[in-house]
Amino acid sequence: MQNIGKEPIITVENLTAGYGDNIIFKNVSFRVMKGEILVILGGSGCGKSTLLKHMFGLYRPKAGRVLINGIDAATENPEELDGIRRNIGVLFQSGALFGSMTLMENVSLPLEEYTDLSSEDIGRIVRMKLAMVNLSGFENHLPSELSGGMKKRAGLARAMALDPKVLFFDEPSAGLDPVTSAELDILMKRINAGLGTTMVVVTHELDSIFAIAHRVVMLDRDAKGIIAEGTPQELKESSTDRRVINFFNRIPAAAGAEDQRA
Amino acid sequence: MNPAVASGRDFAIDVREEAGGETTVSLSGRISLRNLNSVRAELHSILEPMKPAGLTVDLAGVGYLDSGGSLILLELEQYAEAASIPCRFANVSEETGGMLGLIDRAAVMAPLPPSAKDPEGAIERIGETGLKVFNDFTSTVTFLGDLLVALGSALLNPRSVRWQDFFFYVKRAGLDGLPILALLSFLLGLIIAFMSSLQLKQFGANLYVASLVGFGMVRELGPIMTAVIIAGRSGSAFAAEIGTMMVNEEVDALVTMGFNPTRFLALPKVLAAMVVVPLLTLYSDLFGILGGMVVGVVGFDLTIYTYLAQTVKSISIFDVVSSLIKAVVFAVLIAGIGCQRGFRARGGAEAVGTFTTSAVVAGLFLIIVADSLFAIILYYIR
Repeated sequence: MQNIGKEPIITVENLTAGYGDNIIFKNVSFRVMKGEILVILGGSGCGKSTLLKHMFGLYRPKAGRVLINGIDAATENPEELDGIRRNIGVLFQSGALFGSMTLMENVSLPLEEYTDLSSEDIGRIVRMKLAMVNLSGFENHLPSELSGGMKKRAGLARAMALDPKVLFFDEPSAGLDPVTSAELDILMKRINAGLGTTMVVVTHELDSIFAIAHRVVMLDRDAKGIIAEGTPQELKESSTDRRVINFFNRIPAAAGAEDQRA
Repeated sequence: MNPAVASGRDFAIDVREEAGGETTVSLSGRISLRNLNSVRAELHSILEPMKPAGLTVDLAGVGYLDSGGSLILLELEQYAEAASIPCRFANVSEETGGMLGLIDRAAVMAPLPPSAKDPEGAIERIGETGLKVFNDFTSTVTFLGDLLVALGSALLNPRSVRWQDFFFYVKRAGLDGLPILALLSFLLGLIIAFMSSLQLKQFGANLYVASLVGFGMVRELGPIMTAVIIAGRSGSAFAAEIGTMMVNEEVDALVTMGFNPTRFLALPKVLAAMVVVPLLTLYSDLFGILGGMVVGVVGFDLTIYTYLAQTVKSISIFDVVSSLIKAVVFAVLIAGIGCQRGFRARGGAEAVGTFTTSAVVAGLFLIIVADSLFAIILYYIR
């Protein structure tokens, strides 16, 4: 992977998170390198999305911290926060496009807020981004007029509006058909290769993981933390951990028990 | 040393013109969305007086280039094309090449597709409004029919009603509204007593403050006040709740499971309102009279006994019963229109807001219209 840098862009240090008294995971530490596509995976309820939301500063950690470019993601300093927000983009699970705005207006929004460009320039940048996600000609469509895959791509265009250094994806292929999902994978790889954007992706689609991931981090609900880390091939072929093998071979946890009963 | 840093900016432009008009523009530093305007202005001022025969853009010194920088490069290309001179990029780094490779030049510069929100002609707009009003009317009538059928079947088969929901809404719309209704009715009684006493004092008819407050509260203000508060508190809540369920496809799920959404969602709310609003009306009457009594006793030396006796004398059973019937009608109107508007929400968050507003406005409108009809009918019955 020629474009993965040596220095980390995101550092997660001893992160502990939970809701109320319920601890989801404890002391999670890992790093994301520049230009890397890191996939966070794990079964339902293991805290993948929670981890992601801590990484871009939406939730405050119970303990530990997340550094983006050396700045604490949970900072309250408005200038630092501004710097972080400009450098990250998030694609939410269902796109989270504003239903009352056209695609053009949706993607323009961050540009209007964070830059002093003329509306003509903003228009051109927006159309550049929409073209990158193959949505040219849909500038005046409302999100409700688009299919699920198109909404995801439009959400990606909005996340990329300010040329962020890091893009976060919360289950990008959830609810998409296999073909659309594969197209989205290709798009993500193209953007990663072309722009050198670092990507942190939460997903549990095996095909996607093998298609895009440079490295994966696997969380587990019962272990309350990371149980495996490495390239997907490594994990699939050489892991000895039953939970990792089960995940990569789609074996239900209860399968052993059922075999015995039969 | 980097010329960009030397000049105190984060970018630098250097132009060399060789013999024969071949021009090389060297860009260096950061060319981004942040300095797009200044880079463009500088390029413009440099290139305008020149008539180059060929353009080479040297990107060797570019440290960072984002979509704003790409836009500058596209504009240089366009400039060269307009002047019919050859243009090429030299020393393109891997990152810059990747960025440029992702850009669809035709799409960026192509004219915008026609807007879906094109302004319409007057005739079209009249037609659209007419259709909207007609659709509004038919959907309201359809819903009313649905609701009446649901009410009828509830009478025949009371066990089919979701009583748990019914009691929940009785609590929500009724019990939780008691404090605010008490306060407002009390103040209203106070105000009427005060305003009327200013006039009645001139005739020495202070005692009739009691009649005026009692009669006014029971016949008109109690039911209206209650209905207005219920429309604001519960009509809007019903519309927002059902509207959100519509948007989330929860209502579709109910239909596919074989439930009738009107019976399942609207009926408990309407029934709860029909029970709660008359009770709240009596409660409001009571507090209004109390408010009047405070003014009468404190301000005009009436005794509590005389005040209450005068109040009782001025109100007939007919007044109370008719005001309760009125309250039931208001309840059906407010709860019904709230649910109906909720069922019409489509799309997203904005639609829920629109229809919630519409539920309150339509509710208040219907209350006043119904009240006028009652005023006329009651005048002739009596």
